[in-house]
Formats: sequence, C-alpha cells, structure tokens
Amino acid sequence: MTETEIFEIVAETLVEALALDDDEVTATATLTGDLGAESIDFLDIVFRLEKSFDIKIPRGELFPDNIVNNPDFVKDGSLTEKGMAKLKARMPHADFTDFEKNPDINNMGELFTVQTIVNYVMTKVNGQ
Amino acid sequence: MRWIWIDRFVEFEPGRRAVAVKNVSLAEDHLHDHWDAFPIMPCSLMVEGMAQTAGILVGQARDFKEKVILAKISRAQFDDIVTPGDQIEYHAEIENITPDAAVTKGTVMRNGEQIGTVNLMFSHIDQNLAGQQFPDENFVFTGQFERLVAPFLEAGDG
Repeated sequence: MTETEIFEIVAETLVEALALDDDEVTATATLTGDLGAESIDFLDIVFRLEKSFDIKIPRGELFPDNIVNNPDFVKDGSLTEKGMAKLKARMPHADFTDFEKNPDINNMGELFTVQTIVNYVMTKVNGQ
Repeated sequence: MRWIWIDRFVEFEPGRRAVAVKNVSLAEDHLHDHWDAFPIMPCSLMVEGMAQTAGILVGQARDFKEKVILAKISRAQFDDIVTPGDQIEYHAEIENITPDAAVTKGTVMRNGEQIGTVNLMFSHIDQNLAGQQFPDENFVFTGQFERLVAPFLEAGDG
C-alpha cells in the first residue's frame, strides 16, 4: 500500500473514532492536542486500525505504556536520557525532533501525530 | 429506585451476544419528570440499558473477574421515541474483547422494530495503562446483575 492510501484509511479511522470532520485530520495533527483524543480513545484507535488494516497491534507497540510511571525514565517531570533512549527505541515510527528539545512529559502528546500512526501502519502493512 | 435498567435477559450466548428486555411503565417515577404531559423514555437511560446488557455480557466473558466500566459511547443514535407500554429490547454483541477492554455494538428495538443504535467501549479497569489501583472487591458486578444472567449459565452448564 502507498503512504497516501494508508493515510486515507488512517484518517477515516480517526474521523470515526474521535467524531471529527474530514478536514481536521492532517498529517501533523496531534491526537490529544489537535484532535481531542482521551486515554480510552487510544485503545479505540488501536482496535479500529487492527480492523481497518487487518493487522495485529501488540499492546504498547503503537502507543508505548510503562514509560512515564517508571522512575528510571522520568525525573522532575521530564524524560531522563535513559527514558528518552527507551522511548525512541519503542517508537521508531515517531518524529522526536521537537520533543527532544523539551522532553517534559506533558509534551509527550507531540509524538502522537497522525503521521506517527501512518508510519507505524506502513511498517506493519508493508514490512518496512 | 434501583439502578437497573433491564428487566431480564431473553437470550444470552456467553462471549458473543445477548438480548435483554425492558418494559416501560408509567409506574416509573422518572417518566413523570420526562415529561409530565408527554412521558417518554429518556435516551440516556436507554444508553444505560444497553450498557448494562453489553456490560454483563462482557463481564461474564471473563467470568465476572474483571471490573468492567463503560469507557466510551462510540455511537448513540435514536430515530424514534419510546413511551409507557412499550417493550424495549437491547441486542448487544461483542465485537472485540482483549485483556484491557471490549467493544460492543448494539441495536435498540421497540416492540420488535429497530429504533436505535448504541455502540460502546468498556474498560477492564484493573488492566489500565496508567497502573492505577482499585479496590479488590468487584464493585461492578453485584449479585443483582449476576442473578439476571444465572438462568442462562445454569442451562448452559447442564
């Protein structure tokens, strides 16, 4: 599948899961900040992507868990070097450029963009 | 008033689907506030009725070990009203169930005619990603809910 085809299906999935208008879903939109996703929506999105693309998404693979509640990985509200390394290893599909400049855990939402999902699905569907 | 918005199950296929009925009666106080001159069953309480039907279905699928909490109303649409004397049927089906959560889809029937759709998502809250702790006691599934489904499970066991 091409990136454009995957984007279109991801966009439809997000429109359904988050009750959005079609034009709200852009590649750079963040799920929580721009599209209003709450914690349960992340699970809903995972379920819907599995169905839309006929793939299995293991727990924590698309949206990593057990990072922010691990004291080794977070200090004074920011990701430690170790935490950053761990998160980058867990999320090769995300763009860390901005987040690395200010790794406050409140900014973690910046990592979860529509493009992050598209990149992830591309690796699952096309094995790349 | 008891917070139970289904009268009984009429079908129950463990882990798959269930149908519960609710007979709407003018003896129910809430109908006189919604509204006195023209009582109709509130849509919000029909969402609750579906949540109870689907929630028990989801809970039973894990032998009532999980605390099943309504986490999201993915879709709720009602195309017509329900008034005293009507019988509501909630048809719920499990679409997906995992260690963390379950997704159900459902239709609401009034006297045999489909009038609504209610699709829900439930969380197994002890498995939540934030690692929050909840009391050991299962405060979701009390005897009252389990009794509703017991006849079907006994029949299935025998």
